[in-house]
Amino acid sequence: MNFWLTAATPAATEVDHLIIALLIISIAVLALVFGLMLLYMFKYRSGSDVNRGALAQKTWRIEAAWTTGTLVAFFFLFLWGARLYVQLFQPPRNALRIYVVGKQFMWKVEHDGGQREIDAIHLPIGMDIELIMTSEDVIHDFSVPAFRIKHDVLPGRYETLWFHVDKPGTYHLFCTQLCGIDHSRMIGQIVALPKADYQRWLAQSDAGETLATAGKTLFMRYGCSGCHGSNGAGGPQSESTVHAPSLAGLYGSPVTLADGSVVKADDRYIRDCILTPSRQRVASYPPAMPSFSGEISEEDLLKLLAYIKSLSDAGVP
Amino acid sequence: MNATALQDVPPPRETQESYLQDGFSLRSWLLTTDHKRIAILYLASITAFFFIGGSAAALVRYNLLVPQGMIHSAETYNRLFTMHGVVMVWFFLVPAVPVTLGNFVVPLMLGARDLAFPKLNLFSWYLFILGGIVVLYSLFTGGVDTGWTFYTPLTTAYSKGHVVATVVGIFIAGFSSIATGLNFIVTIHRLRAPGLTWFRLPVFLWSLYATSVILVLATPVLAMTLLLLAFERIFHIGVFDPAFGGDPLLFQHLFWFYSHPAVYIMILPGFGIVSEIIPAFSRKPLFGYSFVVWASIGIAVISFLVWGHHMFVAGTSLLSALVFSILSYMVAVPSAIKVFNWIGTMHKGYIHFDAPMLYALGFIGLFTMGGLTGLFVAALAADVHLTQTYFVVAHFHYVMVGGMVSAFFAGLHYWWPKITGRMYPEMWGRAGALTIFIGFHLTFFPQFILGYLGMPRRYHAYPPEFQVLNVLSSAGTTILAAGYLLPLAYLTWSLLRGERAPANPWEATGLEWKTPSPPPTHNFTVTPMVDSAPYSYPTPGSRHRHE
Repeated sequence: MNFWLTAATPAATEVDHLIIALLIISIAVLALVFGLMLLYMFKYRSGSDVNRGALAQKTWRIEAAWTTGTLVAFFFLFLWGARLYVQLFQPPRNALRIYVVGKQFMWKVEHDGGQREIDAIHLPIGMDIELIMTSEDVIHDFSVPAFRIKHDVLPGRYETLWFHVDKPGTYHLFCTQLCGIDHSRMIGQIVALPKADYQRWLAQSDAGETLATAGKTLFMRYGCSGCHGSNGAGGPQSESTVHAPSLAGLYGSPVTLADGSVVKADDRYIRDCILTPSRQRVASYPPAMPSFSGEISEEDLLKLLAYIKSLSDAGVP
Repeated sequence: MNATALQDVPPPRETQESYLQDGFSLRSWLLTTDHKRIAILYLASITAFFFIGGSAAALVRYNLLVPQGMIHSAETYNRLFTMHGVVMVWFFLVPAVPVTLGNFVVPLMLGARDLAFPKLNLFSWYLFILGGIVVLYSLFTGGVDTGWTFYTPLTTAYSKGHVVATVVGIFIAGFSSIATGLNFIVTIHRLRAPGLTWFRLPVFLWSLYATSVILVLATPVLAMTLLLLAFERIFHIGVFDPAFGGDPLLFQHLFWFYSHPAVYIMILPGFGIVSEIIPAFSRKPLFGYSFVVWASIGIAVISFLVWGHHMFVAGTSLLSALVFSILSYMVAVPSAIKVFNWIGTMHKGYIHFDAPMLYALGFIGLFTMGGLTGLFVAALAADVHLTQTYFVVAHFHYVMVGGMVSAFFAGLHYWWPKITGRMYPEMWGRAGALTIFIGFHLTFFPQFILGYLGMPRRYHAYPPEFQVLNVLSSAGTTILAAGYLLPLAYLTWSLLRGERAPANPWEATGLEWKTPSPPPTHNFTVTPMVDSAPYSYPTPGSRHRHE
């Protein structure tokens, strides 16, 4: 039986170092607590006539000493844990994006090239990977023990998770947020492949069209092109009669809203704009856009997102 | 006589009836306002709930013997662990010490006739029973499969179980908690004996005071949260479910705003019990009394500021995670102070190993391990890996079951002679303490390793590589179960056959020992006076000089 778990990412190794440090500190404290307890239980048992001497009257010095000691040790542990955690919130630029939709009781996965899989993710080693995750129903949690990561997958919003696998292999994917009766069946595999094998897998998987291409079709079908232009180029330049903001180069750029605040046009922003446009209206545009809340499935939203993102990838260096 | 000046109290007369002899009819029990009888009513109730919750836990462990699950249906399994959680948290752990031992000894320790509101006390028991019946009804007639945490939108829109009935039961029982907390706060403020100043209060009373403050402040938040949950489930009002315009994380914030302080509702009274027992059986004053008192208050305050550490992977902001992580380390400091003070109390003492002391020592060992593993899950990056796995299950069972239940048994054995007028069989008591300590480790230690290896909690079936550790854990359960059945057997036996207890079998300080065992209905014939600090050990002619 294996009592140590594979660390398939550099970050997992760093988390292991933290856990080992915590383990060493715990063992030291346990040795102290159990050691003193056993020593006193023997030495000061009622039948023992060892000299007890006078009782200490003032205890505050020793109290202050162990309180300070504990505080210092805890602050050190806090900093260590926090330093590694902050990295989870800083996804590298240009990571390979994979889209994950959780539903009772399966993981639906889409790749930029249009490849789809269920309860499995094939990905290349040696590359930064970023997951864009959402749920169609309840809260799920995407957990890969070999990467030492997990994150809740929430309905109604995008959560992200990133990692960089350096060991090829097949790893467990678990849902770790109770999501209903068959929660324990919501498991899958992460298949980390060397780059060449990954390319072969991409080619073998029948993709049909890329996610962005599929998104462009939806862009027409849902009528987005009517105002944003058939190429998403916006109002004045397009054939559109309605004045709507251009979507070219939008992704990743700052947007000034009607209330004067500036937000970054990331995945969450674009999603919110499609579903609840009135909440974050862009400055100097009329509130003309209807809400698409409840009309577009999570998977179609991801395709639209991929299309809008592709408008920036192509145009902006 | 040291802590109190009771020299002028007449010795108990033959005619003085104990509270147990004050009426034998069912009516004399069900309509009593005597805090001691109500404590007995509660003791019987929570014992029943403990064994119901425990049976569900045993079935959970039975299911996990094989990877595909011994119990055929995942739905049944989910209902079992939900039932285990709901019953154990709200109908055993939260009320256990305050309503049984607290109810019995608070007025005695204060030198009072009863609690401030005796009828409210009885009413709180009826609320508790009503809530319990509603919950048991819903759990047995269909059940709930959402876990005791009731996360939305699973509970509000997807679960098919009796969610509303269950939360109504918990809602009702919550008012029982609030009534008890209020009763204790007023009693400790208003009914202290002459000379019993705040800093002469035994630490058990300080702990119950801190616990009561949390009960009164946090339980209403739970009540509101459960109401919102029920409204959303019935009327589809968009509070929590994003499909109706709600916020998916709001429920978790509200739920943990109650449920994290609730952890301290469970463990603080245990700290109090151990702080009584370690001095009494070390024949030494409590080391650093005022530090232990302020640590209890500190825990009660900081406990309200750490709920976010349940949500480090839930999608909250980076800043909130950082703040909640450091606050979680802060709340661990007062707990660490207490462990050091208990050990300091044993230093240069005259240590006796009666069963209450063995249970208390077991508490220190198990609680320390529970506390140390808490450092793992307070460290943000480690928590990301360990949360929602069996590591967390093991961590909180070490604190709640290893710690709190050991402390409860320590207190139950310590005050058993006072409550029943009978001694429990000492050798069996020690055997029970040892069996629970060993059975507990065998059950829960393997779960730390399982959690590190990544086994998620609340899984009906699991990958085969986790089987060996699961079988070890389940095997340990049989020893732990034997450890819990032992006290049930020998304590029941002692009710009928136990040796008659003297007023103060442990030669302990504290006013509860200055009245006969079992006490008369009115507790004290003459109101006692207090003229010194608590824990003035060694008492004159104390036990170590005889042995």
